[in-house]
Amino acid sequence: MTTLPHNAKFGQSAIDNTVERPGERAPLVLNLTTFGEVTATVCRVNEAEKAPFAWYVAFAGAVGLLSILGACITYLIFTGVGVWGLNNPVMWAYDITNFVFWVGIGHAGTLISAILFLFRQKWRTGINRFAEAMTIFAVICAGTFPGIHVGRVWFAYWLFPIPNQMEMWPQFRSPLLWDVFAVSTYFTVSLLFWYTGMVPDLATLRDRAKGKLQQLGYGIFALGWRGSNRHWHRYERAYLLLAALSTPLVLSVHSVVSFDFATSQLPGWHTTIFPPYFVAGAIFSGFAMVVTLAVPARELFGLKDLITLRHLDNMNKVILATGCMVGYAYSMEFFIAWYSGAMYEKFAFINRAFGQYWWAYLIMVSCNVITPQLFWFKKLRTSIPIMFVLSIVVNVGMWFERFVIIVSSLANDFLPSSWDMFTPTWVDIGTMVGAFGLFFTLFLLFCRYLPMIAMAEVKAIMPRADPHGLGGPSKSKHSHATSHAAAHDAGHTNL
Amino acid sequence: MSRFLFPRWANLLLPTVILAGATIPLYAFFFVAYGLSPKTLEVGFQPEQPVPYSHALHAGELGIDCRYCHTNVDKAAYATVPPTQTCLNCHTNIRPTSPKLVKVQESAATGLPIQWQRVHKLPDFAYFDHSAHVNRGVGCVSCHGRVDKMEVVYQTKPLSMGWCLECHREPEINLRPVSEITNLAWDSATESSFEERQALIAKYHINPNDNCSTCHR
Repeated sequence: MTTLPHNAKFGQSAIDNTVERPGERAPLVLNLTTFGEVTATVCRVNEAEKAPFAWYVAFAGAVGLLSILGACITYLIFTGVGVWGLNNPVMWAYDITNFVFWVGIGHAGTLISAILFLFRQKWRTGINRFAEAMTIFAVICAGTFPGIHVGRVWFAYWLFPIPNQMEMWPQFRSPLLWDVFAVSTYFTVSLLFWYTGMVPDLATLRDRAKGKLQQLGYGIFALGWRGSNRHWHRYERAYLLLAALSTPLVLSVHSVVSFDFATSQLPGWHTTIFPPYFVAGAIFSGFAMVVTLAVPARELFGLKDLITLRHLDNMNKVILATGCMVGYAYSMEFFIAWYSGAMYEKFAFINRAFGQYWWAYLIMVSCNVITPQLFWFKKLRTSIPIMFVLSIVVNVGMWFERFVIIVSSLANDFLPSSWDMFTPTWVDIGTMVGAFGLFFTLFLLFCRYLPMIAMAEVKAIMPRADPHGLGGPSKSKHSHATSHAAAHDAGHTNL
Repeated sequence: MSRFLFPRWANLLLPTVILAGATIPLYAFFFVAYGLSPKTLEVGFQPEQPVPYSHALHAGELGIDCRYCHTNVDKAAYATVPPTQTCLNCHTNIRPTSPKLVKVQESAATGLPIQWQRVHKLPDFAYFDHSAHVNRGVGCVSCHGRVDKMEVVYQTKPLSMGWCLECHREPEINLRPVSEITNLAWDSATESSFEERQALIAKYHINPNDNCSTCHR
């Protein structure tokens, strides 16, 4: 596997920025001291003649999976939803499981880009760009499933309240319609936020581009950005407003998704804990996906100085925290099932853990509640192989969480006479696997052609961006990583 | 590299894109809303009929009741196009030699029906029953217009699903006493009050569902 050469100037850093030193902020950019170096490190990915060999391998694999998705959807459209393993009590299975899974994945991106921005968490700058990209691609994957599960896809536009000559409207009291609003709002705002944040960086790529095509391509999307004071002023305002707009979405979107279940009367779905529980689960799975993507990306594209171990450590802490919340929700569901005294509710949860889908429940609990507890140990939290494996385990667990909620509740409802077991067909499995192909195809294209790291924002958190020189050259000897900065801080910037 | 990447005329692209972005969806909206509406595409459909039969003369001037020819309108789903014999009830004696009646006489002689052209067409997937409407105070005129003033019958209403639902959701706008059912000149808006029409809902036990299976069975 060839990777892009690491920043050769200083070699691999020995600085451990996961160590907390009282009274000091740990550096979030390692080894790169000037703004120009940051620009060069990030742009190198897009400007390289050829992508790393591993990129081509991954892209071929992703496109392969994408074609499976295309084939499965085509077969579904021409044949009907009967090609899935759905049966009479289980009318939702892999389709809605995948939908909820992918919508959930997106939430980490919005949390990182909006909430951490408003809370002035500087470490977000290293990861926000591709976390937001992940959000958008995840919502695209999610949006596929409601579209195809309606059976007659040519009527999928009936999901939207479009004035029509039939004077036919969706049921406004149905959470399925709220879902349409929640997810489409989410997609629109996320896309705007992502793009707005990218404009200065696109202008950087435009200015550095050698080829005519790149100049025009990046030039069009940079919207004539010149980096003037007025541009920056408006940009900052717009960014702040969009962050404020996105913040409620972090909580609202998955709450509304949970209403799909919570407002029904099915035991196992009809639960008031669902909205917060779903949001915690969404952030949990989303951060796991960010780690899954960040670990190979920083390795492959030589971005270890910008996505440092501290970033990953922080994300693993979020995974641990949200994993505990999810575990709390699991146990609270059982408590309420017992405490409510409702026999159907009690049965639903006992059946969930010990019924025909006990194995799925076991996977869910062990992946979501038990294994993330390893992150209590710093050694494991900062170990690249362990966090990579654990992040995948979490996503497996979160997929099974949705499967367990949806399928086990439907399969054994009030009437024992109508009970049945859902078994996926090859089309179910192909569609699920294929959705990852869609996701990774988009993500790999993004890595190759768009700035993966928010250069302008990263520069703002570097020591030399501080006008008062705090953490700069005059700081004490044991300061983290600023000694290099001192040597190269010659006064002018290479923006 | 020159100072500017794009030539000066590229400045025009932005307003063009904004203008197109604003007008094309607007055009598309109005095109679909009005251009493709059954109000545009269906209303006014007036096929040429094999016999120059004038509803204006028979139903209007002469005042023949609709049910004289459309005998099943209050008994069955279909209103019935009359057989040739119905024409001859009168035309055996009245103007039997009129050139306009050649096709009618031919039909009577050969026993082959006159090929009347259907004006009001509903799709196969829409269930409609004339008797259910006519016996409960929905007059002929509500759907067919002033046929008593038409030389050649044409479609006056869009017959779209939305148009059906307008009445199903608010039946009191069009109801009339059953005694005035075929009286095309009787206008429920001017000749009855809102309250009177509302009372008819209770009187005729009107419960016009608007769920899918009411019409799509």
